Amino acid sequence: MLSILQTALELGLIGSLTVLALFLSYTMLGVCDLSTDGCFTLGAAVGAVVAIAGHPWLSLPAAMCAGVLSGFITALLQTKLGIDSLLAGIIVNTGLYSVNIAVMGGASLLNMNKTATVFTLLKSALAGTRAAGLYKLTAGLIAAALVVLFLSLFLRTRLGLAIHATGDNPDMVRSSSINPDFTTIVGLCLSGSLTALSGCLLAQSQKSVNIDIGSGMVTIALASLLIGRAFAPRGSIPKRALGAVIGAVVFRLVYAVALRLNMPAFMLKLVSSVIVIIAIAGPYLKNRWPELHRRLYHGRERGGEGHA
Amino acid sequence: MLELERISKTFNPGTVNEKRALHELTLHVKDGDFISIIGANGAGKSTLFNAIAGSFFTDSGRITLGGADITLRPEHLRAKEIGRLFQDPMRGTAPGMTIEENLALAAGRGGWLSRITKADVALFRERLAPLGMGLEDRMQQPVGLLSGGQRQALALMMATINPPKLLLLDEHTAALDPATAEKVLALTRQIVAEGRLTCLMVTHNMQSALELGNRTLMMDRGRIIFDVEGEARSRLSVPDLLVLFREAAGRNLDNDRMMLS
Repeated sequence: MLSILQTALELGLIGSLTVLALFLSYTMLGVCDLSTDGCFTLGAAVGAVVAIAGHPWLSLPAAMCAGVLSGFITALLQTKLGIDSLLAGIIVNTGLYSVNIAVMGGASLLNMNKTATVFTLLKSALAGTRAAGLYKLTAGLIAAALVVLFLSLFLRTRLGLAIHATGDNPDMVRSSSINPDFTTIVGLCLSGSLTALSGCLLAQSQKSVNIDIGSGMVTIALASLLIGRAFAPRGSIPKRALGAVIGAVVFRLVYAVALRLNMPAFMLKLVSSVIVIIAIAGPYLKNRWPELHRRLYHGRERGGEGHA
Repeated sequence: MLELERISKTFNPGTVNEKRALHELTLHVKDGDFISIIGANGAGKSTLFNAIAGSFFTDSGRITLGGADITLRPEHLRAKEIGRLFQDPMRGTAPGMTIEENLALAAGRGGWLSRITKADVALFRERLAPLGMGLEDRMQQPVGLLSGGQRQALALMMATINPPKLLLLDEHTAALDPATAEKVLALTRQIVAEGRLTCLMVTHNMQSALELGNRTLMMDRGRIIFDVEGEARSRLSVPDLLVLFREAAGRNLDNDRMMLS
């Protein structure tokens, strides 16, 4: 049981980087970036190829650079070429499928069983200490902590505030002499780099990349983000970013418990879809409730009169 | 100061919805002018502001500001020299961000990676205190919690925190209740006077169009049909304006929002 919890925690922390990427693009910038799935796989593929080539540390910045490029193209399509932001994400996502296979040298699966990765390096560094068995958890914790710290600092800078304001009121950004196209590009590049890093770490932790590693990731991350919002609905940026990480972990824990209760593993994506639906439709229906209630009540009232 | 040379703008050209919003309009604004602009619905008042602020490029003509040709300069770059307030208080501020963050973006001090300093906060407090709305003690609250009047007052502060060469006020008190509108208008007058700002103000209140500023324009169908300042203006009354409109436009001034007193 403990090992299941530990695995859930590891997956949650590594996946939380994608959730933090969406925190930046979806919550702050107000763009639902549907290229997330492809970008995640891109990071995994690039990271794996670089690691297999014998550069485990270099694999991290390499994956992040690939993510920046992916985010840049998505942003360019929507800011400079007049393509709707949802469509831009879908287009890039589709294109990335081919790119990812090309990166993996035409294969749809890469094996890293005998490859030195950041995880094997960390494992040998921790060998003999009490944390020896916790190297994946340690890596996930460090990564999540660094990204939360980065976002907390970055979103307080003028550029960070401008990105936040772009999602809030682009008119106001323009009247502050800042080009919202620019802030959108920077925001999506950053979120792309985090998504790709997340993919790179997941691939290395499970010692293989599959072309489907990122499929459904945007919904899973969105579900985690919305769960996290329940923990920290408002308040300071560090609090909300931490909420996103907690959301990612809670999602994985709930999923692990469901697996223990004999839910088949293939249900993961349906569960994430349902969570997103509930989290978004719930508040909407709650707002509409007085109106729905009125309709219901009105009908009964008239029915009652008819009987009388 | 601001020169508009025969600027034109037609919306939906070549369709049944074609609308000539600005028609070879020429206007010379002198340094320190405070101009009020009146006109019927659809006369082109807001289009004129959009053209000056750069929300779109004009089809023809030339716009210069302080000697520089800004005809093809994008909106966000013009915003360095042009401050603007809209009728809708929501348009000038970011509701999900704090008062302090809104002001910091408007002030735009330092580089991209600079953060809000103690000096900035002190400056913001100093600027907000004279509003008498207690905003200086709510700097960490999201702007979305403020009332319309408070948001508009904040937007006015944001638009003028770096004194702009030109301030555009597009019926900026029309959505506020009368008492708040009066307060925001008094503030506007004070800020414009203190900064000796050049200012264009669209209003539907004919009385304040004559009271505020030093010059009044009347627009109709994309043109300026009447331009008065100085002594000739000080002798005018609201009924005179109505007569002038009828003479210049060849019909009665009908505007359901126009306040005649």
